[in-house]
Amino acid sequence: MTFPTPFPGSLAAVPVLVLGDTLLVSLQGELHDGVAEQLQQDIAHRVAHSEATGVVIDVSGVDIVDSFLGRVIAEIAANARLLAARTVLCGMGPAVAITLAELGLTLPGVVTALDVDRAFELLRQDASTAAPGEAAGCT
Amino acid sequence: MTEWCRSWRDGLFQWEMMRVSEQATAESVARELGAFLERRREQIAQRWADAPLFRTVFTVSRDEAVEAGKAVVDALADVASTGRLENVAAPGFDSAREQLGRMAASRARSGYSPAQIADEAADLRTATADLLHGEAQDPSGDETRDVLLALTVLMGTLRLVIMETTIGAGEELIARQRQQLLEVATPVISLWEGIVAVPMIGTLDSARSQMVMESLLEAIVEQRARYAILDITGVPTVDSLVAQHLMKTVAAARLMGAECVVSGIRPAIAQTIVHLGIDLGSVVTRGSLADALAYALTRQGIEVSRRAAGVNPR
Repeated sequence: MTFPTPFPGSLAAVPVLVLGDTLLVSLQGELHDGVAEQLQQDIAHRVAHSEATGVVIDVSGVDIVDSFLGRVIAEIAANARLLAARTVLCGMGPAVAITLAELGLTLPGVVTALDVDRAFELLRQDASTAAPGEAAGCT
Repeated sequence: MTEWCRSWRDGLFQWEMMRVSEQATAESVARELGAFLERRREQIAQRWADAPLFRTVFTVSRDEAVEAGKAVVDALADVASTGRLENVAAPGFDSAREQLGRMAASRARSGYSPAQIADEAADLRTATADLLHGEAQDPSGDETRDVLLALTVLMGTLRLVIMETTIGAGEELIARQRQQLLEVATPVISLWEGIVAVPMIGTLDSARSQMVMESLLEAIVEQRARYAILDITGVPTVDSLVAQHLMKTVAAARLMGAECVVSGIRPAIAQTIVHLGIDLGSVVTRGSLADALAYALTRQGIEVSRRAAGVNPR
């Protein structure tokens, strides 16, 4: 199943993979602010124009999560929630987690998982507990 | 060569000679002191053995104290013979460092401050000075005064060496204990598949909570844990700082996808937390480690039940 890109011609710097009804975004290396914003819009459009019910953001390849990226992730989650999709953040390393906790960026409202595998497991669990036809609830 | 130049050169030479002779006097006095120390080694050591610094440290026998005294006198004589009395780092002291270190450590263990130990070391000077006075033909003469002065300087150096040893020993002890404490503080225990626990013991400060956080997060990655239990049964008091550390650890673990359960909050600590108005907010708390484990198991859908009576595989 393929989805048309919302902006034909616009080059998404971060690839958004579609796996069934889930969008998988794997962030790698340093993420520039512009790219992060582009990604935010991209995911919002994808979720709106598809039947995606879950978004998995993998940050295992990211060494530094600053306050801006933290906010972008929180906003992606909030956007997706409004569009009836759940966002799971996964793959955060201990060093990044400590830095974020020290900064006070605890990302409330974002569901977290250890790795991509666990994130999909979480989404599957939610899909099975939520009544069919009803939007997946969020914690 | 012109006249003035020659006189200038002679003047310089004389001045140089004076300086050399002054230095030579000081050195000869120091050597005289060294000779005195060597000559009276036995008596000085006997007197020192009665001084509290030696008496209370070398308790096995008086001979032991005398031997230690002799070692210190030898070291002093050695330093004096080099002519440099103020040199704290003189190699001569090395031979007596073991005795000095033992004295310093023993006194420090009995609760003496470095200043008190230095005071006791000062008493050694009096004993030695008395001997020196008794030996001199002319107690108020210039020569005796010079030697006495040299002795005072030398004993001052000894005091400094003792002080240095005391403080060094204390610092070494503190560093070792600090390391031991850090090691003691951070065992991460795997309780069940996917459940890790950290039993925290002792006061939580920034360095320790940082270490707890790091080892916990590493254990979460390693063991793919879904639940982390922070047991604070062994934490004596919880103030706002400790609570803040706990919240940070909980937040960091949550970012890694593990849920944290805080257990072992004693009634007194619960009251303190309420009185201080600390908001533990979304943190799941349980009374004991067992309760926390039960919670984590239930959440994973694991049920632990007693086997029906009569069925025993063994």
